[in-house]
Amino acid sequence: MTTETSRRIPAPRPAELAGRLRGGEPGALPVVAGLAVIAVVFGSLNDHFLSAENLTNLALQMAATGTIALGVVIVLLLGEIDLSVGSVSGLCGVVMTLLYVKQGLPAGLAVLLALGAAALVGLLHGLMFTLLGMPSFVVTLAGLIGWQGLLLYLLGDEGTINLPFDGSVAKVSDTWLPPWLSWLAVVAVTATALGSSLLDRRARTRADLPVRPIARLVVRAALLAAVLAAVVAVLNGDRGVPLTLVIFGALVVLLDLALRHTLPGRWIYAVGGNAEAARRAGISVTRIRILAFVAAATLAGAGGILAASRLSAVNQSSGGSDILLIAIAAAVIGGTSLFGGRGRPYAALLGILVLQSVTNGMLLLNVDSSVRFMVTAAVLALAVAIDSTARRARPGGGR
Amino acid sequence: MKAGIPAAPADGVQGEVVLSARDITKRYGAVRALDGVNLRLVAGEVVALVGDNGAGKSTLVKVISGAITPDSGEIFFGGRPVRIGRPHDAQALGISTVYQDLALCENLDVVANLFLGAETHRWSLLRQLRMERATRDLLASLDVRIRDIRAPVAALSGGQRQSVAISRALLGEPRVVLLDEPTAALGVEQTAQVLDLVRRLRDRGLAVLVISHNLADVRAVSDRVVVLRLGRDAGDFRTADTSQEAIVAAITGAEAAA
Repeated sequence: MTTETSRRIPAPRPAELAGRLRGGEPGALPVVAGLAVIAVVFGSLNDHFLSAENLTNLALQMAATGTIALGVVIVLLLGEIDLSVGSVSGLCGVVMTLLYVKQGLPAGLAVLLALGAAALVGLLHGLMFTLLGMPSFVVTLAGLIGWQGLLLYLLGDEGTINLPFDGSVAKVSDTWLPPWLSWLAVVAVTATALGSSLLDRRARTRADLPVRPIARLVVRAALLAAVLAAVVAVLNGDRGVPLTLVIFGALVVLLDLALRHTLPGRWIYAVGGNAEAARRAGISVTRIRILAFVAAATLAGAGGILAASRLSAVNQSSGGSDILLIAIAAAVIGGTSLFGGRGRPYAALLGILVLQSVTNGMLLLNVDSSVRFMVTAAVLALAVAIDSTARRARPGGGR
Repeated sequence: MKAGIPAAPADGVQGEVVLSARDITKRYGAVRALDGVNLRLVAGEVVALVGDNGAGKSTLVKVISGAITPDSGEIFFGGRPVRIGRPHDAQALGISTVYQDLALCENLDVVANLFLGAETHRWSLLRQLRMERATRDLLASLDVRIRDIRAPVAALSGGQRQSVAISRALLGEPRVVLLDEPTAALGVEQTAQVLDLVRRLRDRGLAVLVISHNLADVRAVSDRVVVLRLGRDAGDFRTADTSQEAIVAAITGAEAAA
């Protein structure tokens, strides 16, 4: 059998990579290329753009909306949409603040209860979508308005509630890893990645399955180490690695592992790829859909708590304005298909990085907000155009 | 040349009768989709089910696969009468169906598609290596050639997808495999690949039923041809002893017994 004649996994040749692009799997390539262009353009136009201080601010700005975008990735994987993530994030931040500040609960408990409330909101969305058969667009559009209303009701006349600056919630956004710890983390993450890939390789050899050459695993680990080291080196040039960035990064990695290595994760991809096939294979499509909406709302809630922590307050515009649109745009720009079944949580990371750096760069250049909106729109349109074109290139993907 | 006598058993058949359906009737309102139809599937034999559009082929396959329940008639599996009320019953007995739309998730790789809904796992963690090993072994034993089984199914050719769908039907170790139009929309070379695969299913001792519109394929792969016409039995021929004209005549109802 051909697959068994060589003991090595066929390496994609350049021609094949091009074919994969045409075949509908653009992956992360366009985004990484885009990031490089952004860095070069803004870096040459403004000396401050690539400075440690500015990049640290960028990292701080990413965490909250990036976490919300992670939830959007999950519902997009099903081919659905969640328009309520902005409102739910604001609501969750307000609930946490009320429990913590007004009720005097311990911070950890307040955060957990608020996340539970967000999960209940997601459960409600999921039930309306599956049992009542309402389109997810409408369910979450109602959520967008309704949860915003509940947020205003809970805030009452005050309009703003401050979190104590020295309290543990606000502290989360003002905690920086000491240099030794961040370097230790780089070593630990790289060692874990390399170790697990080598262990996997050994298990594959034992099972008589084709394996990648060790050199390639080492090169990949080295690349990872280089990227992490660059980030840590830059951030240590200012205040250090912010804790919120570590939280966001950990969520991205954990969610990716869960989606790729657990039953529910595999089923989310299956339902997003072909719901009818999944149903016939005995997968409970309803349960998977509800799970996805619960996960999206919970991650939105986590993002809302991070935002409240960064602002040290919640107010009537928490979770409002363009947070929803940025979160959805980030997921799509990062390479999550709007048509379901394709994309990884890293899309949220890459997408939010693109959007925040474009916004940040234009702010540094004193570009008027009118132009900023139009440029952001152009980036989003470009990303969706790439997704749609790739989809049309896929066999049977013309619908 | 022997004319097609309804429900006449073809002679010279060896092997155990795995499944027999007797006197199956199914009405949709005033329309009799199936009217007293009989079918016998034998281990190690490929039966082609042919007939014009609306002859009742798909209805009969749906009855056997449990997608619909007949109004009357009996089904015997391994000699015992059975009731097939839903698809799960058929699968539990050992009847696998590959529908024309294949029901593959194009975004998932070959391994994930083979094990869809039946993933090997421990504490809901996927056991990827076991599944990949089993996939490679199964595909190798069926001589299905796919360069990279970790690539999404979207990257495969039509013939390869059909082969994946058929291979998946074998995971539950069935005794009967029903194939709905396996060669429709395939090119010449890919059709040949799929027909080879159907022969290997027979060589494994499975009872195979193939619905097809293509009489050339039917002649190439089947041991026996069962013809339906307007919901009734219209012939049961041994392929080797029957001319194409006789089969066409049975399908169209022409009195041209060649």
